[in-house]
Amino acid sequence: MAGTLNGSDSPSGASPAGELRDSSLKIVIVDESPVRSAILEDGLREAGFMHVERLGDTHNLLKRIYAIDPDVILIDLENPSRDVLEHMFQMSRAVKRPVAMFVDQSDSASIQAAVDAGVSAYIVDGLKKERITSILDLCISRFNAFSRLQGELDRAKDALQERKVIDRAKGVLMKARMIGEEEAYGLLRKTAMNENKKIIEIAQSVLTAAELLK
Amino acid sequence: MSLETLRIGFIPLVDAAPLVIAADHGFAAEQRLSIELVREVSWSNVRDKLNIGLFDAAHLLSPVAVASSLGIGHVRVPLLAPFNLALNGNAITVSPALYAELASAADGDIADPLVSARALARVTAERKTRGADVLNFGMTFPFSNHNYQLRFWMAAGGVDPDEDVRMVVLPPPYMAESLTNGQVDAFCVGAPWNSVAVESGVGRILHFGCEIVASMSEKVLAVREQWSKTHPETVAALIRALVGAGAFIADPANRTTVAAALSKRLDVAPEIIARTLAGELKVSTDGMMRGDSRYIMLGGDLANRPDTLQAAWLYAQMARWGQAPLSDEMCVTAQAVFRPDLYDAALGRAPAPRDGGPRDGVGAFTGPDFNGDVAAHVSAWRAKRSGRPRLSLVR
Repeated sequence: MAGTLNGSDSPSGASPAGELRDSSLKIVIVDESPVRSAILEDGLREAGFMHVERLGDTHNLLKRIYAIDPDVILIDLENPSRDVLEHMFQMSRAVKRPVAMFVDQSDSASIQAAVDAGVSAYIVDGLKKERITSILDLCISRFNAFSRLQGELDRAKDALQERKVIDRAKGVLMKARMIGEEEAYGLLRKTAMNENKKIIEIAQSVLTAAELLK
Repeated sequence: MSLETLRIGFIPLVDAAPLVIAADHGFAAEQRLSIELVREVSWSNVRDKLNIGLFDAAHLLSPVAVASSLGIGHVRVPLLAPFNLALNGNAITVSPALYAELASAADGDIADPLVSARALARVTAERKTRGADVLNFGMTFPFSNHNYQLRFWMAAGGVDPDEDVRMVVLPPPYMAESLTNGQVDAFCVGAPWNSVAVESGVGRILHFGCEIVASMSEKVLAVREQWSKTHPETVAALIRALVGAGAFIADPANRTTVAAALSKRLDVAPEIIARTLAGELKVSTDGMMRGDSRYIMLGGDLANRPDTLQAAWLYAQMARWGQAPLSDEMCVTAQAVFRPDLYDAALGRAPAPRDGGPRDGVGAFTGPDFNGDVAAHVSAWRAKRSGRPRLSLVR
């Protein structure tokens, strides 16, 4: 059914009619991550899509989607409810306008990029391919941006955690050996260099040892 | 010795056992393979990642392998099934309330699927009369045995699955919860999820899948046809690794080991998995047990050697319920997905004569024997429903 996208014979390009069509497209985002779906929604609005709705939880998913009657559904690939949507698209041929998975046979590069980014798009059959490509490209870049952000956040958290551990280890050393903070840090660093380990590992061992010797 | 690494997608279910055991108990390494099992959350993901080459192979619902090769429901990507991961393994679980309704409407022993299906027809008719909401049946995917088993069973009793009840797709881990909150009244799902519902006191197992159809290809190892052409040696080595794992699983002496390995990959208690492997299931909260050696079959030629008749049966269900048009060409394509020849070639031996199993190779609980004639199968069932020729999911 996705193949029908290729069959579009209407003129393409950024005609005024086409732009009008874009802003009137109804887009639903199904994503359990509120931050990511907000990033996606912002991006879509900036690109001129005015009707964007976000569904966070998947309770009564089908009923809510039917009520919105969207042209495009974007879903996070980590969401088990993707199988629920697949069923809806089969059933929808009977009761609703047909819905198709974005990609057609010739477009495996697009689907690969989408899957890599962690997003899948379903669209109402008959939408012009160029329009969908622009939506999907936007989603892919936003999803990638989000996972970069997430990665940075995780690293920042780790760094904060490490600093706490090192500070506590310094405290232990200062108390046990009656030395100053700078000296305590120097001791950790020297030991790490001698043992070819990271400072955080040495600091962790100090804390473990202190716990055992309590 | 360097190992060739294969990325294989799977859904955490007991019938992924041959892959788990091959990966974790040395059967892959013996064949100079290293299997990286990638856990997925939806069949759509498994299918798409296999289709675009992110996975080399996948644990896949057998009907999805057929549907993908036919290009129905999604993009057409020809797949091959050179190894059958499991026969059977599903069960139909109902809420205590629906069980009580069925029991009081039953005209005979409710353990007989024909009796329970006719009871369901009475219950749905009665509900219609008093204007009650239709019953909701959960299943895992449009192209799944769960869907086909429920349909086959209820239609035999005179229930139209598209008119008299509502079929809804639910991710397996949500099944028990959905039964509790009333989102569904019953479901058909694979192991261990029926046992999880019984264990938590929210459901009662009504029928094992094998009581509806005695032999059903449930999951296959699927690879892209194109990939198998460029990697024939790898496919053969993978088949041998899985055959070894299947034999290990089929030996009751290894049950504890297998249950422990699966428990790690599935995050489900090993006791529940061990019961599943033994085909001994608790069917109700009061502790009633039911056993069937055909409940789930994971090892040995009968279970693991792909059977093209099974592929024809799956296509027949797609045609019967309007998911696929009826054509000889499609039937040939469907059967060509299952590749017993690759299985035999990998093992370098002729197939052993079929040992056991139902007379016609399928063993549906009612209706004529299945001989691979899909048109005859579909029309036999249409004829039984005089005046109602339309039975379609996709109209």
